[in-house]
Amino acid sequence: MNNVHMRLHVNGESCEVAFAPHKTLLEVLREDMGLIGTKHGCELGECGACAVLADGKPVLSCLLLGIECDGMDIMTVEGMAGDARLHPLQEAFADLGAAQCGYCTPGFLVTAKALLDKKPDATRDEIKEALSGNLCRCTGYIQIFEAVEAAAAKMAPAHREKP
Amino acid sequence: MSTTGAGNGNSNGGSKKDGAALNVIGKPRRRVDGRAKVTGQTRFADDLFFPRMLHCKLLRSIHPHARIRSIDVSRALAAPGVKLVLTGRDFPIPYGILPVSQDEHPLCPDKVRFVGDPVAAVIATTEDEAFDALDCIAVEYEPLATISDPAQALATPEPRIHDYGDEGNVHKRVALEFGDVEAALASADHVFEDVLFYQGNTHLPIEQHAAVAVLDPDGKLCLWSATQTPHYVHRALAKALALPAAHIRVIATPNGGGFGGKSDPFHHEIVVAKAALVTGRPVKICLTREEVFYCHRGRHPVLMKIRTGVRKDGSIVAMDLETLLDGGAYGSYGVASTFYTGALQTVTYKVPRYRFRGCRTFTNKPPCGPKRGHGTPQPRFAQEVQLDKIAVALGRDPADLRLQQIAEPNSLTANYMRIGSIGLRECIERVVEGSGWRKKWQKLPLGRGVGLGCSSYLCGAGLPIYWNDLPHSGVQLRLDRSGEVTAFCGATEIGQGSDDVLAAIIAEVLGIDPFDIRLVTGDTGLTPVDLGSYSSRVTLMMGNAAIQAAERARELLTGPVARKLGVPASRLGFADRRVFDVENPDRGLSFVEAVWLAEAEHGTLGTTGSYRPPQSAARYKGGGVGPSPAYSYSAAVVEVEIDPGTGWIHVPTVWIAHDIGRSINPTLVRGQVEGSVYMALGEALMEEQEFRRLPPKLSSAMVHKFPSLLEYKSPSTLEMPDVVTYLVEDPDPKGPFGAKEVGQGPLLPVMPALANAVYDAVGVRIDEVPVTPEKIVRALDAQAHGRPARVGPGKFPTVRWPEALKVPPPWEGGDGNAINEPPRKSKPTDKGGRQVRP
Repeated sequence: MNNVHMRLHVNGESCEVAFAPHKTLLEVLREDMGLIGTKHGCELGECGACAVLADGKPVLSCLLLGIECDGMDIMTVEGMAGDARLHPLQEAFADLGAAQCGYCTPGFLVTAKALLDKKPDATRDEIKEALSGNLCRCTGYIQIFEAVEAAAAKMAPAHREKP
Repeated sequence: MSTTGAGNGNSNGGSKKDGAALNVIGKPRRRVDGRAKVTGQTRFADDLFFPRMLHCKLLRSIHPHARIRSIDVSRALAAPGVKLVLTGRDFPIPYGILPVSQDEHPLCPDKVRFVGDPVAAVIATTEDEAFDALDCIAVEYEPLATISDPAQALATPEPRIHDYGDEGNVHKRVALEFGDVEAALASADHVFEDVLFYQGNTHLPIEQHAAVAVLDPDGKLCLWSATQTPHYVHRALAKALALPAAHIRVIATPNGGGFGGKSDPFHHEIVVAKAALVTGRPVKICLTREEVFYCHRGRHPVLMKIRTGVRKDGSIVAMDLETLLDGGAYGSYGVASTFYTGALQTVTYKVPRYRFRGCRTFTNKPPCGPKRGHGTPQPRFAQEVQLDKIAVALGRDPADLRLQQIAEPNSLTANYMRIGSIGLRECIERVVEGSGWRKKWQKLPLGRGVGLGCSSYLCGAGLPIYWNDLPHSGVQLRLDRSGEVTAFCGATEIGQGSDDVLAAIIAEVLGIDPFDIRLVTGDTGLTPVDLGSYSSRVTLMMGNAAIQAAERARELLTGPVARKLGVPASRLGFADRRVFDVENPDRGLSFVEAVWLAEAEHGTLGTTGSYRPPQSAARYKGGGVGPSPAYSYSAAVVEVEIDPGTGWIHVPTVWIAHDIGRSINPTLVRGQVEGSVYMALGEALMEEQEFRRLPPKLSSAMVHKFPSLLEYKSPSTLEMPDVVTYLVEDPDPKGPFGAKEVGQGPLLPVMPALANAVYDAVGVRIDEVPVTPEKIVRALDAQAHGRPARVGPGKFPTVRWPEALKVPPPWEGGDGNAINEPPRKSKPTDKGGRQVRP
């Protein structure tokens, strides 16, 4: 089967890629673009490990074909940090024990980012609801909730400054 | 969270033990590998890509038990992209994790023993091509009768699944008796007898197993793998491939969750290694989620019969435990698992006399092995549920019943486990107070209840998996004039934070920051041996080795610095990246200057440290499983709300206290406790490794009921209750800075506490794990119809037990030897004259 050639917009950069048309976005990111920060746990849309943001919304990259992503603005964990400075969610996850083995962490981070971008003052229940499609076997989730809350608190002044 | 007992008077903290303030140990910190994990830069095994890399897929058996008549791979070899096809013929040498169970082949040579047993491997240029070519392999099978459960295994000696084992389809039977148990039971005021069942479940790491084998430029083999035990994989590769171990390098990639499921050497690791040797190209394999369910090695389903004799006040006079394990198709860790279903029953409470008989059977299902708690959660569930029944029957508060008979610190148990520190009393008091137990137990309205459970666990297995008299853990340090300290250790980072513990301990001793240390871990080509991340051994064993290495480095620095400053060496302190006169802290040198001076004096700087556990007091055959340098303790109170109509169980809060000895990094310790509670609730409420039979025309195959993350239910964010964690810090003299384990122990008390809470809430006993709404409704229905308000197994099948090895307890004149043990073929002794046991 011939490869498709297309331009994908990932982490703020436009990139030309060639890949087999049946490949999922997950496979294109990992195998054709070297963005191995996005993980896989089932490739059936069950675990949330492969979550990325598409136009700011969390999507499961294992359920999306690469060719469906034409014109979408994709963000992976590699795009969260601004230059060498970590995103407040990344800082909080690292400081507060929210990443143990770290395998589910990229999926949790981008999903939490989508939540806080939309709802900077999310409650514990809203955080639980937003992250309920992401499985973690290590932490018991509590330190993840706390890290999201800590990041939200840290980000709050910036949001208030916005008109 | 609160902590107590921060004194460090008797801890194994080396130079820091004289009451000096600790700068790193005990402080909540970002773990040293935290940044890599939150930026997606941690390289897991499947994140490795090499030029010209080939991909491997395994053809797995569709039959649960069959002879392989023939395999035709000719069409597969001709398929697009295929470079190599391997079958059992390519792997004549068996392997297995235990020396007594060398019963696996990388690909089955003549017989398959469960649906999922690998029979052939295709190596192709892409994963899709390898997958497609699997369909081109023709395997002719001769189906055999299948064994689906232990009762059937006991009743069906032929056909045998393996041609080794105690008899028929019985893999292993053990019987140990510590004092005359029948006499003690006859003298007891009450004897309680219960039969309980603990269902099997699986680890479910989010990372699927993956491995990449590469032929290095010098022609030597290198395997990168998601393994918890690179040292044992190294040995298995050398054996199965008949290569010198010195020509093989195994690198454990950070595991994306382990929980025991990546502790065996696996088929796929050996297959890709062979494929790399044959093709000369890198070969990768990553299992599908379904394959991970069939790899398994998880919690054994265990049927248990427990008879306990007590005095009027509920104090235990004797315990008699029988366990029947469903081992699945291979040995794996099973012999150890069998012993573990009995070994730690005596470590929590005083048990003056004890008999344990355990039996593991082979069945045609994926092999069981070690999962968090390895063999001990099942009998712990039985004992703690029975204690709750005893308390109710005798009108005692379950907390008081436990508090009155906690095992003695610094004592030997009936089966010769040597206990050090015990923080269990404080654990119980903390959860009782924190949960409001005294105001809740038997006092909440119908549908709400609380339950209590306690437990203890190993801080590392006292003996290695194969007989040897070598260190269990080794650490090397390299210091150079830049001031950089590099630590080398074979310990394996599986998410628990072993890298962070290593850095913290060295940083504390040398007075530098954990981030100043470069870590090289889990690499058999570069690091001294550490046996692996299992049995909660890493913090204690690697930690003690790290202290020794770091103290030796300190000694190298001390002389030159003392002379330079003109103060006695004994007055030097190490902190804040400085070496200074503790009586005049302004007088000192930077750590970098100190290393410079030491390198000038000694030449190139390097030290080593190693650790080997103390000798066990258990000298009887089988006494090698259970001894540990120290034991951790936990207590939990679980609150439940149950809808009596639907049986639906809601857990609002769990209070848990864990005797950690000392926290190295409290942030990670709390994460281990909460993660244990989470995994325990999964086991207690929903997780099941369950199989069903396909119709006879499909060979009556035993297939997994739900090999997917969606249908194998595990708790999500929405099911996770609030957890109140108390860390009890009673430093143990055997632990590094007094630290004990936390990775496994806190899981154990939760399952029985939940079952006990269900009884408190609605008055029915669910003597089985998992405790499900359906079982509660059944028990409530039985209650309403005047039948016993219980769901659980009926009876324990007849097992032909061997005569028990009789070992008099320490208080009955015993010395740790059995009085009726037949002479062993050989009693190997190590160089120190210690007897070594399996």
